[in-house]
Amino acid sequence: MRSIFKTGAAALAVTTIIAGSAFAQDLSGTLRIISDMSDPAPRAVMEGLAAEFDEMHPNLTVNLTVVDREAWKTQIRNALSANPPDVVNWYAANRMAPFVNAGLFMDITEWWDAGDFAGLESVRGALTQNDRVWGVPYTYYQWGVYYREDIFNELGLSEPETWEQELANCQIIIDSGRHCYAIGSRFLWPAGGWFDYLNMRTNGFDFHMALARGEVPWTDDRVRATFANWRQLIDMGGFIPDHQTYDWQEALPLMINGEATAYLMGNFAVDLMRSGGLTDDQLDFYQFPMINPEVTAMGEDAPTDTFHVAAGAQNVEAARAFLQFVTSAEVQTRINGPEGLGQLPVNANASVADDEFIQQGFEMLSQNATGGIAQFFDRDWPAEMASVGMEGLQEFMVFPDRLDDILDRLEAARQRVY
Amino acid sequence: MTAPATPLHQPRLEATWMQRNRMTVTPILFLLPGLLFFLVYVISPIFQSFNISLYRWDGLGEARFIGLDNYRELATDRNFEISLWNNLRWLVLYLLAIPLGLFIALFLNQTVTGIRLYKSLFFFPFVLSQVVVGLVFSWFYLPREGLLNAALQFFGLGTVNILGNPDLATYGIIAAGLWPQTAYCMILYLTGLNAVDPEQVEAGRLDGAKGWKMLWYVILPQLKPATFIAFVVTIIGALRSFDLISIMTNGGPFGSTRVLSFYMFEQALGEYGFRMGYGSAIAVVLFGIMLVFIAYFLWQMWRDERAARHG
Repeated sequence: MRSIFKTGAAALAVTTIIAGSAFAQDLSGTLRIISDMSDPAPRAVMEGLAAEFDEMHPNLTVNLTVVDREAWKTQIRNALSANPPDVVNWYAANRMAPFVNAGLFMDITEWWDAGDFAGLESVRGALTQNDRVWGVPYTYYQWGVYYREDIFNELGLSEPETWEQELANCQIIIDSGRHCYAIGSRFLWPAGGWFDYLNMRTNGFDFHMALARGEVPWTDDRVRATFANWRQLIDMGGFIPDHQTYDWQEALPLMINGEATAYLMGNFAVDLMRSGGLTDDQLDFYQFPMINPEVTAMGEDAPTDTFHVAAGAQNVEAARAFLQFVTSAEVQTRINGPEGLGQLPVNANASVADDEFIQQGFEMLSQNATGGIAQFFDRDWPAEMASVGMEGLQEFMVFPDRLDDILDRLEAARQRVY
Repeated sequence: MTAPATPLHQPRLEATWMQRNRMTVTPILFLLPGLLFFLVYVISPIFQSFNISLYRWDGLGEARFIGLDNYRELATDRNFEISLWNNLRWLVLYLLAIPLGLFIALFLNQTVTGIRLYKSLFFFPFVLSQVVVGLVFSWFYLPREGLLNAALQFFGLGTVNILGNPDLATYGIIAAGLWPQTAYCMILYLTGLNAVDPEQVEAGRLDGAKGWKMLWYVILPQLKPATFIAFVVTIIGALRSFDLISIMTNGGPFGSTRVLSFYMFEQALGEYGFRMGYGSAIAVVLFGIMLVFIAYFLWQMWRDERAARHG
């Protein structure tokens, strides 16, 4: 059943390639898009894109539905299985797996091979599963440590490059009556970010991904080493207390009012930090420091958000043209600019916005992320393992003594999931 | 045998059949739409859940038959065990709403100026959405800014992070749930108290009953119907505790406040949940627990009805 469906989809893709050369002009019918870009700025970007694409093609009607970003994470299943739209938003890497395996995303490898998406070669891997490509990215952003530059200056600290410097900094910060890191782990994933970085720095990117693929037991000594490093920060009081009660936005005021000096987060946090009253003089960014001197090739988290064509899409030609449109260098420059998403463009030919943090992130990812680029804990790990895993990570941050029990549980989950 | 063929008699014959069976046909016709919907939306999903619980299915692709494996996994799943215990805590502690409601009702059952205002103020929390109640209580419990900790500190006691402590969080949520539920029980008892026979109270008083004895032997027996309804709605409320948990802790910290309905949702339909079969197995267990109570309720109602008919 599934294979028939897939060949059907592939055949359809082939016919569109044959008809491909002229398709930019005579698109007709309706293009149905469901987007999860529901926050104010992304929503404006998406609505702008839809309107513009609609205008470019007089015979085509673009029908855009914007769904709440959190709600879409569960609604996408229904949306794709009954009366599917043509184009949908989703996330890269393992987060695609359920839909790829169920044959709900269209295999668009041919479009990539035909050169539709020039300038995107470096991100192709994140959209590849079972050796086929299932979508296109439209934006990504760096993770890293956002810190209070003014407090660092006041205490005479500089950006740490090694774990020893990091711990020494943290001790000075604690002695000044503050906490080193704000974090709100109520919705679990911020703890996943911490694990990603500690594990990539302790054991390297390749080990991290092997763990994500389920090839290494959670009870492995190398995993324990990661947790031991984490524990150093926990035991010295580096994290704010009661973080399990707050979500990540609720923990932000602690950094804004100076009770905590730094936050390991994605670049999307900058917007809220600025609107919370921090100026660019007070705020700065550094790459997560090296821990294990043998791991010199840094791995980084840079989650990628994506567009996919539904396997049951009605207007495949228009969908293909739309994917080309959003990934083109010109549109990428525009939508990722400071007026738009304020993130990094996926097209290598696009220009990066003139913003302190976007520039630093771009520089870090293009020059100092030689280890490799990971998506994020809940995107690299299979869904079930991610949810059990992040719960364990949160528990570890509150009760570090329960580590053995937690690791046994994660290991049991690993053996069941993979 | 040939009689129906005669055109003269046919309409009369049909009419008589309808006439003869009107008493049976009419109620069936009226019940039919409701029964149909009940069958399609309530009964058939129950059996579907039974069926799905025997499969390994992500809700999208192909389902694979695995027999009772989901149930075997449940038996060793610690999260399931925690959820089950939490369900039990909810069932037992939620029943506190009944005596609390009764005492508030007794307290309010007097004629003072403005009593209607007091009654409606006490009833107010029940009108609020559960989501609002959950939000208000989670602010109340906040470790730094919350009113509870401000009060504790005022009296020189240390702070406590109720929703962040795996041992306390469930009790914190139940306390939040008791607030509207007590109001509900109170209103049930208030209406019940209106129907208490003043002559019996008078007679009891003449016989020297007062205080607790009066309450226990004269008032409470007359409130039995109200108690039964309060019991039913409280049990149902305890088993439907989903929204408060979702708002206040989202099942956390690290899964310690989950109940079966929440765990079922997480496994089958949540953000990372792609286990329809496992979720269905949890649903079946939950159904089994509910069945015990439903059977008791039905039996009780049937007995009352029979007593009413014969009495």
